[in-house]
Amino acid sequence: MSKPITELTSNRPVFEEHDPEEVLTTLNLGPTHPATHGVFQNVLQIDGERIVSGVSTIGYIHRAFEKIAEHRPFYQITPLTDRLNYCSAPINNMGWHMTVEKLLEIEIPKRVQYMRVIVMELARIADHIICNGILGVDTGAFSGFLYLMQEREFIYEIFEEVCGARLTTNIGRIGGFERDFNAVAFTKIEEFVKRFPAVLAEFQELFTRNRIFIERTSNVAAVTPEQALDYSWSGPILRATGVDYDVRVLSPYCSYEEFEFDVPVGTNGDVYDRFMVRNEEMTQSIRIIEQALEKIKGEPKGVFHADVPEFYLPPKEQVYTNMEALIYHFKIVMGEWETPKSEVYHAVEGANGELGFYLIHDGGRTPYRLHFRRPSFINYQMFAPMSSGMLLSDAIINMSSLNVIAGELDA
Amino acid sequence: MDKLNNQQLLQQLTDHFGEDITRHEEPYGLLTVHTNKERIIELLRFLKESVGFIYLTDITAVHYPEGENTFAIVYHVHNLVENIRVRIKVSIPVSDPKIPSATVVWAGANWMERETYDFFGVQFEGHPDLRRILNMDDMEVFPMRREYPLEDPNRVDKRDFYFGR
Repeated sequence: MSKPITELTSNRPVFEEHDPEEVLTTLNLGPTHPATHGVFQNVLQIDGERIVSGVSTIGYIHRAFEKIAEHRPFYQITPLTDRLNYCSAPINNMGWHMTVEKLLEIEIPKRVQYMRVIVMELARIADHIICNGILGVDTGAFSGFLYLMQEREFIYEIFEEVCGARLTTNIGRIGGFERDFNAVAFTKIEEFVKRFPAVLAEFQELFTRNRIFIERTSNVAAVTPEQALDYSWSGPILRATGVDYDVRVLSPYCSYEEFEFDVPVGTNGDVYDRFMVRNEEMTQSIRIIEQALEKIKGEPKGVFHADVPEFYLPPKEQVYTNMEALIYHFKIVMGEWETPKSEVYHAVEGANGELGFYLIHDGGRTPYRLHFRRPSFINYQMFAPMSSGMLLSDAIINMSSLNVIAGELDA
Repeated sequence: MDKLNNQQLLQQLTDHFGEDITRHEEPYGLLTVHTNKERIIELLRFLKESVGFIYLTDITAVHYPEGENTFAIVYHVHNLVENIRVRIKVSIPVSDPKIPSATVVWAGANWMERETYDFFGVQFEGHPDLRRILNMDDMEVFPMRREYPLEDPNRVDKRDFYFGR
C-alpha cells in the first residue's frame, strides 16, 4: 500500500522504520535498463550488492508471430522470422525455408546449399560479434567492441549486396535465392574471409589474457552440464559447459556434413568459457565459408534456385509475357499450391542455439500451426534462478553472455 | 552396438506401455507416438532415465476445434547420444484441459509450459508457477485457441474489401 504524500514528505528520519542494513532492497532491472540490452524486466531482491532472488518478466515486445503465421502463406512468414533473432536474421530465414522445403520434399541444388551456408555463417559471425563485443563493453572495455563492429558493418554490406537489406534481411525464397550472388558479393565475401581473422586475433588479444577481464568473467555464473541439459540449454552456452551438442553436426542440414570444422567446447560453463567458445566459433565459421567458396567453384555457374515452378516465383519479365509464368505467379502469390497434409520439425543451429520450426500443415494456404522453438526463450529461463547469490554486476555480464535477444525471447 | 532406430524405440515403448501407446506414425522420419495424460509423465521419465532421451527440446500445444474439440500437447525429446528424436502427443479435451506438469522431469519445462498455458489455457497440474508469460496478466482469453480471430472483426478503421483479411 502506498502511503499518503503527507506522510512521505514529513521530516521523520528515513532510517527509523527501515534500516537499510536490515531490509532487502527491491531493484527493478529493466524493462528499459541500458545494461539489459533489450526490453525485459527483472525484479530483483538485493541485499547490498548481492542478489537474493529474482523474477523475470518478459513479453514486452511480444508480437503474436505464431498467431499471425496461421493467417499467412509460407513465403509471407519469412519476414516474421527476420524479427525473431534480428542479429542473425538470415539463419532464421534459411531455417524457415528449409522447413518448408522439407515439408514439400524439394531437392536443393548443391550450389544453393553452399550459398546458404555462406550466408548463415556470416550471420553467425555477426551475431557472435555483437555478443562478445557487448560483453567487453559490460566488463568495461569499450575499444574491442568498436574494432569488431566495423567488421559487422562489412557483413551487413555483403547482405545488402546479396538481398538488398541489412538487418531484417528476408534473404532467399522457398527453393533457393531470389537472385544469384553478384560478382561484388563474391569479392566482398572473399575479402572478409581474408581480413577478419586478423581483426579477430586483435580482439582476442585484448581480452583472452587480460587480467581484468579474466577476473571479471571466470567462475562467474558457472553452470554444470547437468544443469544446462536439465534446463534445455543449447548453442554456445551449452557447449561452454562441455556438451558438444551442435545441430550442424548431429542433424546436418544444407550439406554441413561435407564441411570440415571443429565444435569448440568449454570446461567450466562460466562467462569466460562462453566468450571463448563464441570466439572460436567465429574462427570455425571462417573455415566453413572458405570451404564453401571453394566448393561453389566446382558447381555449375548461375544456379541459384531449385527447379520447382510450382513453388518458386517465376522471373518478373516472364510473368508479363508468358502465360504459364503468369499462372504460376498467381498461384504462388495466392497460396494455391498442392501441399501435403503432414507435420514436420526442422531445427537449425541458430547463433544462440537450436532454432526449431514445428510446422503442422493441413494442406491449406497457411500453416495450421507453426511453433518456433526459440533458443533465447528457453536459455533465458535459468537466468533468475541462477542469479540468486550472485553480485549484481556479475548478473549483468551473465545476462550479456547469454546473448538474450528480445525479439527471439518474445516472438 | 547398433544405433537406436525408430523401430526398436517403438518396440521398447510398446513393451512398457502396451495399450497406452494408442497410435504412432513417422512423418518425415520422426517417430510420433500418441499416449494419454495418465501415463505421460511416466513415459517421459522412462524415456529420460532408461532410453537416454535426456534433452527436452520443446513443449507446445495445438488446438483442433473440429470434431471433439481437443488440444494436442506435443513434446519433442532428443537422445543426444544416439542422436534420435521422438515426438509424443497427448490429446486432452478443451472442456477439461488438465495434464500433469513435466517440470518434475525437466526443470526446463517450466517456461515452455507457462507459454502453452498462456496461449491455450492448458492447466499443467503440479507446475510450480503457472502464470502468463508473454501476454499481459489481466488478459482474459487464451489467444491461440482457434475461436479467437487474429484481429477484432468489429474494427471499422481497417477495411479491405477486395482481399479480405
